[in-house]
Amino acid sequence: MFEKLSYLTLQEYWWFLIGLLGALFVFMTFVQGGQTLLYRLGKSEAERDLIVNALGRKWELTFTTLVMFGGALFAAFPLFYAVSFGGAYYVWMAILFCFILQAVAYEYRKKPGNLYGERTYEIFLFINGSLGIILIGIALGTLFTGGHFVVNDNHLSHWTRSSYGLEAVLNPFNVAFGLMLFFLARILAALYLIDTVDEAAIIARARSVLKIETILFLILFLYVAGSIVSMSGYGYDPQTFKVAIVPHKFMHNLVAMPLVAASLLLGAVLLLVGIGMDLFTRYDKGIWPAGLGVVLVVLSLFSILGYNHTVFYPSLDDPQSSLTIRNASGSRYTLVAMSYVSLMVPLVLGYIIAVWRAMNRHKMTLQEVENDPHHY
Amino acid sequence: MGHIDPSLVDWSRAQFALTALYHWIFVPLTLGLTFIVAIMETIYVKTSDEWWKKTTRFWMGLLAINFAIGLATGIIMEFEFGTNWSNYSWIVGDIFGAPLAIEGIMAFFMESTFFAVMFFGWDKVSKRFHLLSTWLVAIGSNLSALWILVANGWMQHPVGMRFNPDTARNEMVSFWDVLFNPNAYTKFLHTISSGYVLASLFVIGVSSWYLLRKREIKFAKRSIVVAASFGLLVSLFNLTTGDDSARQIAVDQPMKLAAMEGLYEGKPGAEIVAFGILNPDKKLRDSTDPFLFKVAIPEGLSLLSYHRLDAYVPGIHQLVDGSKEHNILSVAEKMKRGRKAVEALAAYKVAQKAGDKEAMKQALATFRHYSAYLGYGYLKNPEQAVPPVATTFYAFHTMVGLGTWFILLFFLILYAAITDRLQKLRWLLWAGVISLPLGYVAQEAGWITAEVGRQPWAIQDMLPVGMATSNLSTSPVMLTFWLFAILFTALLIAEVKIMTAQIKIGPKEHDHV
Repeated sequence: MFEKLSYLTLQEYWWFLIGLLGALFVFMTFVQGGQTLLYRLGKSEAERDLIVNALGRKWELTFTTLVMFGGALFAAFPLFYAVSFGGAYYVWMAILFCFILQAVAYEYRKKPGNLYGERTYEIFLFINGSLGIILIGIALGTLFTGGHFVVNDNHLSHWTRSSYGLEAVLNPFNVAFGLMLFFLARILAALYLIDTVDEAAIIARARSVLKIETILFLILFLYVAGSIVSMSGYGYDPQTFKVAIVPHKFMHNLVAMPLVAASLLLGAVLLLVGIGMDLFTRYDKGIWPAGLGVVLVVLSLFSILGYNHTVFYPSLDDPQSSLTIRNASGSRYTLVAMSYVSLMVPLVLGYIIAVWRAMNRHKMTLQEVENDPHHY
Repeated sequence: MGHIDPSLVDWSRAQFALTALYHWIFVPLTLGLTFIVAIMETIYVKTSDEWWKKTTRFWMGLLAINFAIGLATGIIMEFEFGTNWSNYSWIVGDIFGAPLAIEGIMAFFMESTFFAVMFFGWDKVSKRFHLLSTWLVAIGSNLSALWILVANGWMQHPVGMRFNPDTARNEMVSFWDVLFNPNAYTKFLHTISSGYVLASLFVIGVSSWYLLRKREIKFAKRSIVVAASFGLLVSLFNLTTGDDSARQIAVDQPMKLAAMEGLYEGKPGAEIVAFGILNPDKKLRDSTDPFLFKVAIPEGLSLLSYHRLDAYVPGIHQLVDGSKEHNILSVAEKMKRGRKAVEALAAYKVAQKAGDKEAMKQALATFRHYSAYLGYGYLKNPEQAVPPVATTFYAFHTMVGLGTWFILLFFLILYAAITDRLQKLRWLLWAGVISLPLGYVAQEAGWITAEVGRQPWAIQDMLPVGMATSNLSTSPVMLTFWLFAILFTALLIAEVKIMTAQIKIGPKEHDHV
C-alpha cells in the first residue's frame, strides 16, 4: 500500500505525523502549565495535593508524547536530529534537565525520606513547567528563524557559534514563541482542572487565572502570528533544490494552501470558544474544543513550515545547508516501513482515549486523594 | 570527514556511559517487578483474598519509586544519540531511528497509559480491567526492552543495510533482517531474564530483611516463595540465553570474546577461565603470560563458543595481526582496504560535483569493492582495534560468577522455604539481603562487558566511536557530564532513601486498603 506512494508523498505524510505529535504534545502541556499554577490555585496543602494528583494522572502521557516526538524525528528526519540536537546542544540539554526534574518530582514529593523536602520537588515541577516549556518554544521558534549550522557534502554538520544554540534566546520572536506556549499551557491547565476536579475554590481561582492568562496569551499570539505572516522565509526550487530567501514566504504558503489557512483560523476560534465556555457559561468542558483548537493551530504551523517547497530549518550561515523535508528525511524504504508501523496510531489513540474516559469518569475530590495510599 | 578532538570522544563516551549505567540501575528492576506484581495481582483476582491485594500494592509502591527515575534517565539516552552522537545519527539514523520510534509507539504509550490505571485505577475500573492494565504495563516495559535491544543488537551486528554514497549514510534495505537479527534476540532474552533475576533478588532481599527483623512474617514468606520460584526458573533461562549470547559473540565479535577471556594466543581446544587475575604488565605482542593466576576449565571456551571441544578460538594477536592458517585478515590490511573505500567515496563526491558520470561509476565500483572495511579506514593504528582487555575480562567474570551464585541462592532459599526452615537459617537470610546489591553489580557488569568489549566500534566494524560523535568542542560535553553526574547521584540517593523508608514502613501501612 505505502510502496505505491511517491517519496515526496511519504515525506509529506511523515511531516504530518511529526506535526500531529508536536500538536498533541502542546495540548498535553496542560500538565506543565498546571505545575506552574500550583500555588496560585491551591491555597492549602490538601488543595495542592489534589492539583498535583489531577495532573499526576497524565504527566507520563505528556512525557511519552515528547519522547515519541523525538523518536519519530529520529526515524523520519534523521538529519534534523543530527543537526539540531548535536548543534543547539545547550538548548536541548537544558530542556532535558527540566524533564529529568519532572520525572522524579511527582513520585518523590510526598514520600517520607525524600531527602530534599516537598518544596524542592515543587520547585522542580515549576522549573519544568516554566523554563522547560519556554525553552521548547524557543527551540520550535528557530524552525522559523533558523540556526547557525553548516552541513557538509557528506551530510555531517556542525554549529558555528560556541553558544551552541543559546543565541536563540536573543531573538525576540523565539522568546515570544516560548512565552506564548507557556501562557497557553497555563490556559489549558486551568481548563483541564475545571473539568477534572470537584473543588469549588480551585475552580473559582482557575477561572480568574484563565482571564489574565488569556489576555497575555493573546497579545503574544497576535505578535507571533503577525511576525509569521510578515516575515521572510526560505524556499527551495523543487527541481534544483537551491534554497533562496522568499519575502512573506509563510503568507504565501497560507494562500497556496487554503485548507491549512482554514484550519489555522478554525483552531484559533475553537481555542477561544473553549476558553469562553468555561468563563461565561456553566458548561465546564471547554478543554475539549480548546484542545482540538490547539492541535489544529500547531498542525497548521507545521504545515506552513514543511510543505509548499519550504525550508523547515534554515541555516543562517549557509542557506544551502538548510533542512527541508526532502533532504532531511530517512530513505524511501525506511519511510515505507515506518508508515506501516504508523497504522498502529489509531489503536494507540483509541486505548488512550478509552483509558482517559474510564479514569476521568468522576471528578476528583479532596477525599479521594486523601484516601489513596499511593497518591502523589 | 573532519578532525575530531580525541578528548571530545572520551567525554562523549563518558557521558553516554554515565547515563546508561544510571539508567540500567532502574530498568531491570522495572522489567522484572512488573511481572512479579502482575503474578501477585492475578493470584488476588483468582482468590479474591484481600491479603494478596495488599501485598501487590506494597510491591507496586516500590515499583513506582523505581519507575520514575528509570524514565528520567531513559529520555536522556534517546536524545543523547542526537546531542552527542550527531554523526552517528546521520550515518546510521535511517536504520537505528526506526526501532526507537517503534519502541515509542508500541511500548511507551502502553506503559504510560496503563501505568496510571495500575496505580490510581483500583476504584475506578473493574477488577479484571485493572489486572489487564497491570499485565499491559509488564508487557509494555518488556516490549520496550525488545525494541531498544533490536537497536543495540544491530550496533553489535549490523545487517539489512547498504551504504548510499549520495547521501553518505547507511540505509535500510531489509526491515526483517534488522528485526530478526539473531544478535538482537539473544541479547533481548538474556537482558530481560537478567531483569527478572534482579527483581527476584529484590523481593528476596527485602523479605529476608523482614524475616531477620521478625516482622511481616507471612508477607515475607509468601513473597519469598513467589520470588524464589520465579527467580530459579528465570535464572536457569538466563544461563541458557547467556550461552547463546557467547556463541553469537564468537561469530560476530571474536575480538570481544578474546577480551572477555583474556585470550591473547588463539588455539584449538581453548580453555575457559573460571577465575583469574590478569597480569597488568602484559602488552600486546609480547610473550608475557597474560595471567598472574588462573583457574581454567580445559577446552571450555571452544565448547562454549562453537559447541566443539577442539574448535579453534582466535586470540587477540591473531585478530590484530592476522593468521593465514585460519583465514583471518590483519587489522592493518583491513585498514588499507578501508582507506581505499574512504578515498573512493571522496573521489565519488568530487566526480559528482564535476558531473563526470564515468568517474562516478568507477569510484563507486571501487567503493563497493572495499566498503565492507570502511570503518577500518578511520582507525589510526591496528592496536586501536583492541578493546580494554582488563575491564572487559573482569566485568564478564564478575557477571558470570554472580549469576552462578544466584542460581544456587534461589535453589537454597526455595528449598528452605518449602521445608519451612527459612527463619532458622539466618545465614541464608543474610545471604539473601547481601545478594541484592550484588544483583545490581552483576547487571552493570553485563553492560560493561557488552559495551566496553566492542570498543572501538559504535557500529561493529563499520563506524568507530571517534567518527560517531557530534562536532562540538569538548567543554559543553564536560559541563553537561558533571551536571548529569551531580543530578543523577543526588536523585539516586533520594531514591534509595525513599525506597528504604517505604520498606521500613512495610506493607502494614496499607491495612485499611
